[in-house]
Amino acid sequence: MSRERLYGWGRTTPAMSEVLTPTSEDEVAQELSLSQGAIARGLGRSYGDAAQVSGGVVLNNRSLGGIGAIAADGVVHVGAGVSIEELLSVTIPLGWFIAVTPGTRQVTIGGAVAADVHGKNHHRDGSLGDHVLEMRLVTPRGTFTISPTLEPELFWATIGGMGLTGIVTTVTLRLHKIETDKVIVDTTRFANLDDVMAAMVARDDDYRYSVAWVDCMTKGASMGRAILTRGEHATRRDLEHASLVAPAPPRLRVPLDAPSGLLNPLSIRAFNELWFRSAPQRREGEEQSLGTFFHPLDGVSDWNRLYGRRGFVQYQFAVADSESDVVVRAIERLSSSGVPSFLAVLKRFGPANHGLLSFPISGWTLALDLPVGPGALPGVLDDLDELVIEAGGRVYLAKDSRLSPEAVRVMYPRLPEFLEIKNRVDPRHQLASDLARRLHLVGK
Amino acid sequence: MENAFGQPQNVVVLGGSSDIARAITKKLCAARAHTVILAGRNQTLLDEAAREALDYGASKTDTVLFDAEDVASARDAVASAFAKAGDQVDLVVMAVGLLGDQVRDQSDVAAATRMMSVNLTWPVAALTEVRNRLVAQGSGRILVMSSVGAVRVRSSAYLYGGAKAGLDRLCQGLADSLEGTGVTLQLVRPGAVRTRMTEGLREVPFTTGVNQVADTVIKGLSKGEAVIWSPPILKYVYAVLRHLPRPVWRKVMDR
Repeated sequence: MSRERLYGWGRTTPAMSEVLTPTSEDEVAQELSLSQGAIARGLGRSYGDAAQVSGGVVLNNRSLGGIGAIAADGVVHVGAGVSIEELLSVTIPLGWFIAVTPGTRQVTIGGAVAADVHGKNHHRDGSLGDHVLEMRLVTPRGTFTISPTLEPELFWATIGGMGLTGIVTTVTLRLHKIETDKVIVDTTRFANLDDVMAAMVARDDDYRYSVAWVDCMTKGASMGRAILTRGEHATRRDLEHASLVAPAPPRLRVPLDAPSGLLNPLSIRAFNELWFRSAPQRREGEEQSLGTFFHPLDGVSDWNRLYGRRGFVQYQFAVADSESDVVVRAIERLSSSGVPSFLAVLKRFGPANHGLLSFPISGWTLALDLPVGPGALPGVLDDLDELVIEAGGRVYLAKDSRLSPEAVRVMYPRLPEFLEIKNRVDPRHQLASDLARRLHLVGK
Repeated sequence: MENAFGQPQNVVVLGGSSDIARAITKKLCAARAHTVILAGRNQTLLDEAAREALDYGASKTDTVLFDAEDVASARDAVASAFAKAGDQVDLVVMAVGLLGDQVRDQSDVAAATRMMSVNLTWPVAALTEVRNRLVAQGSGRILVMSSVGAVRVRSSAYLYGGAKAGLDRLCQGLADSLEGTGVTLQLVRPGAVRTRMTEGLREVPFTTGVNQVADTVIKGLSKGEAVIWSPPILKYVYAVLRHLPRPVWRKVMDR
């Protein structure tokens, strides 16, 4: 056991916790039974305070490893502490890809289930939870095998449940068959937000993968100019030389904290300009590697240190199709307040799954990276919360570090059901994280 | 829990009925403060402050009575405030203090001793207990109200300034001792502030109102400044004043 200072990927609210690294399900159960205030942690990629519990016990899942044999239908048993990078290094050479991947490979399967992560194919394939067949879950009330048919209530509380129903030890996933390690990508540049949104509504369904990068720093006619990239896995017929090679680990790293203020309105605007101009007006059928297409930021480790000592927050919300003007108004609010924001990510979501706290709902989602510092930022985000709530939308808990408990209760109407199930498997409220305490999800 | 912008949810205010503490509490409640425990010596004033906190957005308040002249009460007062907060405490504000009447107090042994108890000994006793609890929690902030009068002690308020100087220096060491614990301590050094405590006194340059102090404190809190000066320019004014030769200092400050 060691006492460690932990924080999320945004590096905003550090906390001291006891860190344990159990190596088996029995050890997890034993540690959990002794702890008051315990939460699992994988690679620490949630942005806020979801995978830490100050003064409590953090159960690092990285020794809960193991990747089983892949069945003919793509079903595989994976230890919860296995990262997507580790999983892909085994599966890609065999012609299998994870059914849903977030924008980084540096997350564990356990963490990905807890956040019910989504990717560029949500409009088609849903979130990761939709491809989980079964899990083993250690709770203070015992260890369960859960699936959509076995203990379905506990299963759907655990999918997107931010680790608060117990410690996931193994996950059974269905993988997606691929013929090559390439993606065929179409890229289009749009001069403003309305155009890119119209294009996404019109043709996203023709592509498995689709995402738009939006510039939130431009005003007026070019407000929300964007680059839309859409793609499909390349088949053997698409390529002259088909291969199946897993992406390499990162080669570069940010060696130290940048001075706070390196990312300011001026430098961010310059970066956005450069990035926008470097994209082609229109390019079709470009071959990209899986790593380049899905995980562009994985090329540089510790990139979060670029935001300096005060760190950054990410704000991601989802609203229904009928509320698409919230996307426009949110970007307007940001660009007019002068709060700097790196390229925002805009995506269409397909239907929600049964996860009680799962984030995606059918419609639009926008994600923003915002350095902490500008005095106006907390107020601007509180305003955006109101906009999102009025539209019946919600903010992603895995990215959150500043919501209020009142806002969360409205955004996630099934929270009472979730807390009831949590209380059943955790009657003494032993499972907690700083996020859960902040948002009143512990269940007292 | 505190959020990414340094906005606390659960707050304990020791000396919670002072004007500056109340102004800070209101602003904390307008942001994210949810539970506010106010400790002080006057129940009527504490109740008033608690109502104010609710008006500004807190959803749970409670009060703790103590007498800062009774140093032995510090530990129980802190324990009781933490117990009433119920959950983790994100921020403890130490705003216990007594300006006193220098002319009257300086020839009275009991009064001089009282000035030390209220402004130094009780706060140090309470901070010791606060430190133990927050370190065990693994997170939290301490905000200690010092004074620019602690930077260089004036003859016309040497009991108050001297006691605050002791607290101020002690807290610098205390803050460093917290390195690596997840807990931080920040000092506030306000200049002259218009409050009940200073009513009827002659107004000196750089005098501000309590709301301005509270604004500066809230900004400094979220930036994590080790010393928050209010108004901020006093940092530079005192960089000069503290090095004045004594005859000049007396002329400037002890008029």
